[in-house]
Amino acid sequence: MTLLEAEGLETIYGEPCGDCTDYTGDRAGTNQCPECGSVVACADVSLDVEPGEVLGIVGESGSGKSSVAELLALEASGDGQVDGEVTLAGHDGNLLDADYQTRHEIRTDEIGLVHQHIRDGLDLSFTGGGNVAEKLLAAGWRNFGDVRERVRELYAATEVPVDRMDDPTDTYSGGMQRRVQIARALATDPEVIVLDEPTTGLDVSVQARVLDTFRRVQREQNVAAVVVSHDLSVVRLLADRTVVMRHGEVVETGLTDRVMEDPHHEYTQTLINSVI
Amino acid sequence: MTDTERAVTTLESDSIDDAVAELADDGLSGYNFAYLDEHTKREVRRAILKGIAIPGHQVPYASRPMPLARGWGTGGIQASLSLLGPDDTFKVIDQGADESVNAANIRRLADRTADVDTTSDTTNADVIQTRHRIPEEVMGDDQILVLQVPITDPLRKVDGSDAANRRRHAHKNYGRMWVHLYENVVEWGEIKISSRYPTMVAGRYLMDPSPIPRWDVPKLDDADNLFVFAAGREARIYAVPPHTEVEPLAFEDESFQVERFPDQSCDACGSDDTFLTEVETDDGRRVYSCNDTSFCAKRQDDPAIPKDHHRDASGVDWGPGTPDSEDGSTAPSGGDGQ
Repeated sequence: MTLLEAEGLETIYGEPCGDCTDYTGDRAGTNQCPECGSVVACADVSLDVEPGEVLGIVGESGSGKSSVAELLALEASGDGQVDGEVTLAGHDGNLLDADYQTRHEIRTDEIGLVHQHIRDGLDLSFTGGGNVAEKLLAAGWRNFGDVRERVRELYAATEVPVDRMDDPTDTYSGGMQRRVQIARALATDPEVIVLDEPTTGLDVSVQARVLDTFRRVQREQNVAAVVVSHDLSVVRLLADRTVVMRHGEVVETGLTDRVMEDPHHEYTQTLINSVI
Repeated sequence: MTDTERAVTTLESDSIDDAVAELADDGLSGYNFAYLDEHTKREVRRAILKGIAIPGHQVPYASRPMPLARGWGTGGIQASLSLLGPDDTFKVIDQGADESVNAANIRRLADRTADVDTTSDTTNADVIQTRHRIPEEVMGDDQILVLQVPITDPLRKVDGSDAANRRRHAHKNYGRMWVHLYENVVEWGEIKISSRYPTMVAGRYLMDPSPIPRWDVPKLDDADNLFVFAAGREARIYAVPPHTEVEPLAFEDESFQVERFPDQSCDACGSDDTFLTEVETDDGRRVYSCNDTSFCAKRQDDPAIPKDHHRDASGVDWGPGTPDSEDGSTAPSGGDGQ
């Protein structure tokens, strides 16, 4: 049974002329329409995630990874024109067309997003614990003791020092903030979480800790995940299957080991050679 | 008389003093009843009716300039003057006191322009305009309390964007306010929001009950009277109709608490079941006294007089109970005589 399925995802910024998707993409070698100048952030992206599976999305910067992640997490930024279909097991119909209330409930209970930019995901004026608690309180938790206990649990699970939970989030280190975001995304036991560049701006040793923590928590709680990264080693470490994107389109899909060891598409070959 | 004719009349006077003297008799007869013009009053009433229809929802209205600086009760005056009729009796309270300059001036404006009777007795008033207090004496279904409101949106303290807050209200998305309460408990061990306590109205809208102390918040729940909240600067009106469920936000295990005055009673009347304020006397002593001065005066005449002495039904009560009552609790009681 497929948990999360996306069909023909498309985000265009600007005023599309109608032929934008024909003039852009991998073969055209650009994501900007030469006719009207609109930017096709992603087009015709289809993928699916099974329960408990980790799907990696790799590609160079500007290849549309984050646009896909936003659509999957139902957090479309607003100014782009969106098309396509996202379905989640247990819910009827296209969630991109669902009303605000339904999307809000799904974002609270079933799909967690770890933002690329800390400021999009956390409110730095709240305490770290408060940021995690917000998710629980939004989901209707009304018992202070239970909320505290759950926040403590999540801090322990994501290896953030529990005695720092009542400090303002802006006093946390970058790595801690990233882990608090993961704790927040996991707070309501979602079915799937979307990580957008989970290691941006972290040094290698902290990256390793964040990834280790995530891998352990992901396995223990058996939550499905979509990991978006420009860093092949992140995806190699975490993902069961990998999607390679370029100029807004998917150029290759396969088991992570297969994609890494036997890349078929020319761009994937270049990408892997340049890393290794 | 047209404007031109009046201008000519003015020019015919020998001096400005003469001109002023000529106009002296016109006085307030030149004003419409209750100062505001009829269209304005109708609009304000319409906003009040809409507010009653959607309890706790902030209804915009075209707040007029008043002969008073915005932020000094201009919203309250517009609501009061729109509600007052010639036979009504009007009372104005400024933080519990009838005799503050601002309260006296507002009362005088209504007296002059609407020719209504004014009073300082809560039980005699038809319309009571108040700044930051609800009277100690229980109000009835024939009375209206108009509260002056400086800040209309309870969410503004957690997010400065009104646009974002309107969306939150539309979707009943109050997660951020809950985080604010959570952090309050983390910091203080209990919810220590001193005024403007975030309050759920009829299970739908989060409302700013104006800067009344926590002591007064339980009085809003299931009351017999209508509460009208009016903000002049922010041009918003909202209302709590009679017998509406009003619930201060709190956790299941960290309940809402009113202010406590352990071992204190009013220096003037001896009450220990009223909201007290600490004052320093001329000789430097610090004493507590009733904040509601008109009820304090009654208590000074008769110390045993209950807050519902004027009501037919017995056991009608509101606000916090007496701390040393039999059950020993200071738990807030509703308007149904608990």
